[in-house]
Amino acid sequence: MVSSSTDTAPDVRLDTVAVAGTDPERDQPWAALGLKADEYARIREILGRRPTSSELAMYSVMWSEHCSYKSSKVHLAQFSEIPQVTRAGKMLAGIGENAGVIDIGQGYAVTFKVESHNHPSYVEPYQGAATGVGGIVRDILAMGARPVAVMDPLRFGPLDAPDTHRVMPGIVAGVGGYGNCLGLPNIGGEVVFDATYAGNPLVNALCVGVLRHEDLHLAKASGVGNQVILYGARTGGDGIGGVSVLASETFDQSADGSSGPAKRPSVQVGDPFMEKLLIECTLELFAAGIVAGIQDLGGAGLSCATSELASAGDGGMHVELDRVPLRDSTLAPEEILMSESQERMMAVVEPADVAAFLAICEKWEVDATVIGEVTDGDHLQIDWHGERVVDVPPRSVAHDGPTYHRPFARPADQDDLQADGAERLARPATGDELRETLLRLVASPNLCDKSWVTDQYDRYVQGNTVLAQPSDSGMVRVDTDTNLGVAVSTDCNGRFARLDPYAGAQLALAESYRNVSTGGATPMAISDCLNFGSPEDPAVMWQFAEACRGLKDACIELGIPVTGGNVSLYNQTGETAILPTPVVAVLGVIEDVTRRTPTGFAATGDRVLLLGETREELSGSEWAHVVHDHLGGLPPQVDLAAERALSELLVAATGVVSSAHDVSDGGLAQTLAESCLRHGVGVRVDLSEVAGGDEFVALFSESAARVVVSVSPEDEERLFELAAEHGVPITSLGETRGDALEVTGAFGVPLEELRTAWTLTLPAAMA
Amino acid sequence: MRVGVVTFPGSLDDVDAQRAVRLAGADAVPLWHGDHDLKGVDAVVLPGGFSYGDYLRCGAIARFAPVMTEVVAAARGGMPVLGICNGFQILCESHLLPGALIRNDHRKFGCLDQTVRIENNSTAWTTAYAAGQEVTIVLKNGEGSFVADQHTLDLLEGEGRVVARYVGANPNGSQRAIAGVTNEAGNVVGLMPHPEHAVEDLCGPGTDGLGFFTSAIVALQNA
Repeated sequence: MVSSSTDTAPDVRLDTVAVAGTDPERDQPWAALGLKADEYARIREILGRRPTSSELAMYSVMWSEHCSYKSSKVHLAQFSEIPQVTRAGKMLAGIGENAGVIDIGQGYAVTFKVESHNHPSYVEPYQGAATGVGGIVRDILAMGARPVAVMDPLRFGPLDAPDTHRVMPGIVAGVGGYGNCLGLPNIGGEVVFDATYAGNPLVNALCVGVLRHEDLHLAKASGVGNQVILYGARTGGDGIGGVSVLASETFDQSADGSSGPAKRPSVQVGDPFMEKLLIECTLELFAAGIVAGIQDLGGAGLSCATSELASAGDGGMHVELDRVPLRDSTLAPEEILMSESQERMMAVVEPADVAAFLAICEKWEVDATVIGEVTDGDHLQIDWHGERVVDVPPRSVAHDGPTYHRPFARPADQDDLQADGAERLARPATGDELRETLLRLVASPNLCDKSWVTDQYDRYVQGNTVLAQPSDSGMVRVDTDTNLGVAVSTDCNGRFARLDPYAGAQLALAESYRNVSTGGATPMAISDCLNFGSPEDPAVMWQFAEACRGLKDACIELGIPVTGGNVSLYNQTGETAILPTPVVAVLGVIEDVTRRTPTGFAATGDRVLLLGETREELSGSEWAHVVHDHLGGLPPQVDLAAERALSELLVAATGVVSSAHDVSDGGLAQTLAESCLRHGVGVRVDLSEVAGGDEFVALFSESAARVVVSVSPEDEERLFELAAEHGVPITSLGETRGDALEVTGAFGVPLEELRTAWTLTLPAAMA
Repeated sequence: MRVGVVTFPGSLDDVDAQRAVRLAGADAVPLWHGDHDLKGVDAVVLPGGFSYGDYLRCGAIARFAPVMTEVVAAARGGMPVLGICNGFQILCESHLLPGALIRNDHRKFGCLDQTVRIENNSTAWTTAYAAGQEVTIVLKNGEGSFVADQHTLDLLEGEGRVVARYVGANPNGSQRAIAGVTNEAGNVVGLMPHPEHAVEDLCGPGTDGLGFFTSAIVALQNA
């Protein structure tokens, strides 16, 4: 960006459109900015000249994998085949906006989205995770919604790996440190450990927001003469190239973390206090009715906000870049355009409303500056101290990035992997061996108590949290008068997706859908965060393509739309990609949150029953993983019709059942253990009617479409009637009693022994 | 009865405190940090949160907010004032209460359902409870470890000014497991745990926290 000059040469320190004309063949650092040769050639073709250094900066970040979805969009396109309707009608805003918006009745709408912040969180765990929360919250805010809850699906390398002890405490503290300071309850998420996530931790962040229908705001800049206002934090040198050189590449030397420090300046630094002010300030601006268009500044910063706002409007925008308030006065225009400094928003405001806009910002002590205006042209034009440094068609930056039809192919080893099922593994035979297996599994990293993590998050703030972790879903009250509420769950079993990415993605959706229903809410829509390895590996691209196809087919069958989401690729160290991890978030609606079904046995003397059918499905299970370190075979069967019937039964049975808990990772054994430990209520079960009486299969199989419920004896008959009406298999297991988990004829475990095994793992590892 | 709830930049539990006040039967009046005006309220709650981002030191900047001039004067005049979490920190910084709150001994933020014992049920905010009653409310803080010099601690104990004490394992390293203290007159109370998160059966661990708010209303009615 800086060239040496001689006495006779013009001042080339500032590369302007005029300079690009007089010096057309200058060498440009397109490769260092993450662009490919053909992409650079395409930019020259669009502009009919070489880009200025500022234009090159904009294209490089906006055409990055992270922003342009260039490898993934040919597969994501099939989501448009899913009808954009929910049970409540047409979506109010769909894919392509900052976040999709759905009608939940009573004049309310909800917007939610899950995004990744994986790469930054590996390089700088605390700030990477913190700014992941900040980014998704601003996305929700930009739709006109008040953020009401967050969730964080997290994945780490093995619990005993040294780098996990660097990454995990920082990420958890970052999620908590930022979210707690915003006053947003953290109501769920996941904590998963697997060797493939070593060096590739996954930090996904979800936010839910609520708005009245009339408050919906879309990101567009229209109305000639309208003013473009940048407000929030000042722009600094942090996060430059975050989306391109950081999020869109693998860390080749990263096995020992050595490439981490070099990339640290590409990670943004968060200020949650500023974000809290920005939230309250923005909501007051919405309430005043003086926002014509709005966009948050996240990945790709001003490059993204200006080009997306302009291309969604009438196309013309003029910006005076030197008006942008800076933290560092030495920043060059290219750096200002690429900076991903946090806690910034851009609004389009009618001239008559500017004074009122600035007054509200002043009340909240938020800096606001008019930096440009909407023009009647069709170009985005950016000046630096009076000289034009950018003159581009905004769509070419925001939407006309490259599309790759990357080769994809079923991996050569997939057949061998699927042929190597868990049936061959040695199984516990005696009651004592079953007991030991149960204790070993509940203490394993993926199944143990996650309070060490979730106690660092505020789950109570705002006073509307009806359900939170460790419940199957998080649930918040939306209206204190009518008790309307929403529930959200996020799920994915990456081992299932490795065995069969099509089925694995459907199982992720099915589990999340089931978890929302378990609390008594009706599933309405999904958002997804698709975390995969390098798209340059045909095997990874096949996993991605299969997962997308699986999600599309499942959404169509279940009748729920995708409201939006995010793709994170290059989660790979050397040749080793992460387990394919299509995290699916399902949002459900419950008309009366006082009728929600809690998780966990609440009282002795209740009948305990299993809903759904148990098959011998142990491949990819936690049992095979923990006991045999085995991954092979086929994942559990997907039966979406059964999931739907079960979901409808659970919604119909609210007020009838006294508790409900999903059966998934760890099987029935884990569900019973968690149900007992929640309130310290024991259970005695007889498994002779489950899985043909094979107690091992009954306890540890991970067949889908199953839930354990408890019901008072007087309501048991009603539950059987409802199950029959919905065509859901129902099996009596036993009753809640005493202070032990007992399997008749096999073994018993005192709850205190069970609790000790379950709770000690994380604190001991992190001590 | 009108109970004011102050919103500072960075206050988070202000809406929760307002809801608790309403559920207790009083009118909740929002107060703004930048105003020299208590709007004629009969009592004031300083809510939890991260006022001014907790920059410099928790509560250290909020203590200089214009509204605090009025709160301090009113407190010295006998008005019931309750500081919760960050509000407790602000009361200590304002020298309305002794001691200070420092980082938890385990160095992490912690959010849990916490049982505390009401040690003094004669303050403006605790008359609804029996002395020695154990109540379960929410504790959530990063800097909730109560500290004071030995003389002050002995004084507080001797004068019965320890309002509430943690039961069971000490959750944050507070000296003598102190969860809340009061001033000499008993009208100003600082609590690290959050009673406003335990006022409805639906959201939070029961309704044990409601008594703090009903106590103040009764105290005002009897005044």
